[in-house]
Amino acid sequence: MKNIQRSKRSLGVAAAVLGASALALSACGAAPEEGGGQAAEEIDYKACMVSDEGGFDDASFNQASHEGLVKAEEELGVEILDAESTASTDMGPNIDQMVQQGCNIIVTAGFMFEDLPLQAAEANPETKFVVVDYGYETVPENMRTLNYNTGEAAYLAGYAAAGYSKSGKVGTYGGAEITTVTDFMNGFANGVAKYNEDKGADVQVVGTDTFVGNFSDTVKARQIADNFIADGVDVIMPVAGPLGQTAVDAVNESGSTDDTVVWVDTDGHEYANGGEEAVLTSVMKKMGETTFESIEQDVNGEWEGGAYLGTLENGGVGLAPFYDFESKLPEGMQSELDALKEQIVAGEIDPLA
Amino acid sequence: MSSPTRTPLQRLRRSGALVSVLAILASFIVGGLLIAFTDKATTAAAGYFFARPTDMLAAAWDAVAGAYAAMFRGAVFNYDATSFVGMVHPLTETLTAATPLLTAALGVAIAFRAGLFNIGAQGQLILGAIFSTWVGFTLELAWPLHLLLVVLGALLGGALWGGIVGWLKARTGAHEVILTIMLNYVALNLLGYLLNNALQREGSTNPVSPVVNASAQYPLLLGSDFRLHLGFLVAVAATAFAWWLMNRSTLGFEIRAVGANRAAARTSGIDTFKVTVLAMVIAGALAGLSGAAQVNGTEKFLSESIAASIGFDAITVALLGRSNPIGVFFAALLFGAFRAGGVTMQIATGTPIDIVLVVQSLIVLFIAAPPLVRAMFGLNDRREKKSKKPKRAAGAPATVGGDQ
Repeated sequence: MKNIQRSKRSLGVAAAVLGASALALSACGAAPEEGGGQAAEEIDYKACMVSDEGGFDDASFNQASHEGLVKAEEELGVEILDAESTASTDMGPNIDQMVQQGCNIIVTAGFMFEDLPLQAAEANPETKFVVVDYGYETVPENMRTLNYNTGEAAYLAGYAAAGYSKSGKVGTYGGAEITTVTDFMNGFANGVAKYNEDKGADVQVVGTDTFVGNFSDTVKARQIADNFIADGVDVIMPVAGPLGQTAVDAVNESGSTDDTVVWVDTDGHEYANGGEEAVLTSVMKKMGETTFESIEQDVNGEWEGGAYLGTLENGGVGLAPFYDFESKLPEGMQSELDALKEQIVAGEIDPLA
Repeated sequence: MSSPTRTPLQRLRRSGALVSVLAILASFIVGGLLIAFTDKATTAAAGYFFARPTDMLAAAWDAVAGAYAAMFRGAVFNYDATSFVGMVHPLTETLTAATPLLTAALGVAIAFRAGLFNIGAQGQLILGAIFSTWVGFTLELAWPLHLLLVVLGALLGGALWGGIVGWLKARTGAHEVILTIMLNYVALNLLGYLLNNALQREGSTNPVSPVVNASAQYPLLLGSDFRLHLGFLVAVAATAFAWWLMNRSTLGFEIRAVGANRAAARTSGIDTFKVTVLAMVIAGALAGLSGAAQVNGTEKFLSESIAASIGFDAITVALLGRSNPIGVFFAALLFGAFRAGGVTMQIATGTPIDIVLVVQSLIVLFIAAPPLVRAMFGLNDRREKKSKKPKRAAGAPATVGGDQ
């Protein structure tokens, strides 16, 4: 009995010594001098954001928009507040709470918020609202909605993918059948069709009516990607928020270095795990930049409400660089893409027609 | 249990009140440590703890005190607000959040008392929400009548879902845990299907229903500045009903008898088939009422996450309230306060919502497990038991746990 007690005690002592020394080792740093921050000078302005169920680490619109907020903190010196919603029923109280905290501007991202930001904007005319990826018929003066004509950039991605494909088969699938997703898919398919028309090629697009059904079922998303690869598809464009990662994994594990992914929303070369080897290019929706711009406008007293539409022309959407894959593209691809971009900007091509 | 030979100190050790106070104390200490360890300023200052220890301690204190103060401001009374509305707003938010939890937890509690481990409040709530949404936007009726039909629809939807479980359990002996869990999935996926088809809002590609008519909504109790709606009073009435049912009615007696000992109840002439089915019908109807509170009270339309985690939180609330309607009422208020306070805690102090939820879970863990708290504070009866064996008493070590 006593022995057990003693050994227990000595074990405890050993653990304590170990813990203390670990703490001591990690706590030996020098204390910083008083003051002397490197960030921008702080100003009396609160920029706030409420996420939907995806959270700020969704590798999609919540995360991208939130980066705009963080950039505003670093570069404009605003104070930021953020709240993640654990269920859609949290979103209303979260927005409400932001108003009560005295936020100057409140950002929401995604369609799940429905009319909540609109109601809050009407009830609080002094507060500015930025709504990413959702629109209303009439937008009040204190609101700016940010939408993106992603079909334009996806069109370019489809053209490039068709030029890259060795198997003559490319594929795309979506998370859910909503316009913010299908715009990508249709633009992509039309870009492939344009390549076929111009070059007399016969590149097929598979999966334009394939949907996971949600943005969270990684197993099903992986299954779709694996099926595509087995079917001979060598360029996959997943339009399913965080599920895109499963396609990158599938491509990296496929055994063929020719298989690639067209990433969406952000630059997959940076954002996708293992994206350097897998991502051909990305259809970028510059939500972070445009969210930052909106905050900057208000901070500088140049607020412009209304509906913003990101296009190739204003840089709100765009095609990411090809990085290592550039050498694998057919000769002259970049100049053809530049020409197409000009035609889209000039209105000569409708990417979603 | 109390014996006249105990000293006042021993009696104090055994009292429930002391355990509750210590439970809250323990949860706030452990929660505080978690808040401090996840606070950026604190972890930054910990890097040079030995150079200037006061920095870390001050940062930790600021983080913890700030977080708890924010929780209080968000759940009870906002002393920072400039207007009266702003000051009392948190309390009404607490009551609003408690409303659906309360009725769902009453349902779970009644099933518990019948010896049925009802995990199905989530599914029953969803069915109630589907029925009340459908009644809410398809019918064109005058206000009190329409709302009444909505409430009846919600009760019916939940009762149907609970009744299926009760009937299958009573008829075939299938285990209610399996039945309710599987019916939760059926309800959730049925909801997803309906929101993409029959119940989808016209012209919308998103899985949401049309907004229910104004005549089908619970009116706001305190004007448009507050979300508190008539559903809260309905839930209070449901609490009174549940109390009467369990403590004053014949059916309540039979439910308790079946819960205590099914075989004995049957032998003494109680119709256990009827009691099992009715207990689940009532449990389901109460959970269905929460669906109406969500759709026709706070949200105004049906969405895929209309039930949030209410059906599962309700199980905790029922356990915390010891399956007693009055206890459930206060447990639901506590959980409502956590919900409302968590929002402010997250926003005002930047405590990640995950930590907020962990702290809340710890509080419940400690409150709901008195033996754990007694053991932590060395209030167990171990020493007394030992003293009953004189041989061991002399050599036994005096220290048990953290006892001083």
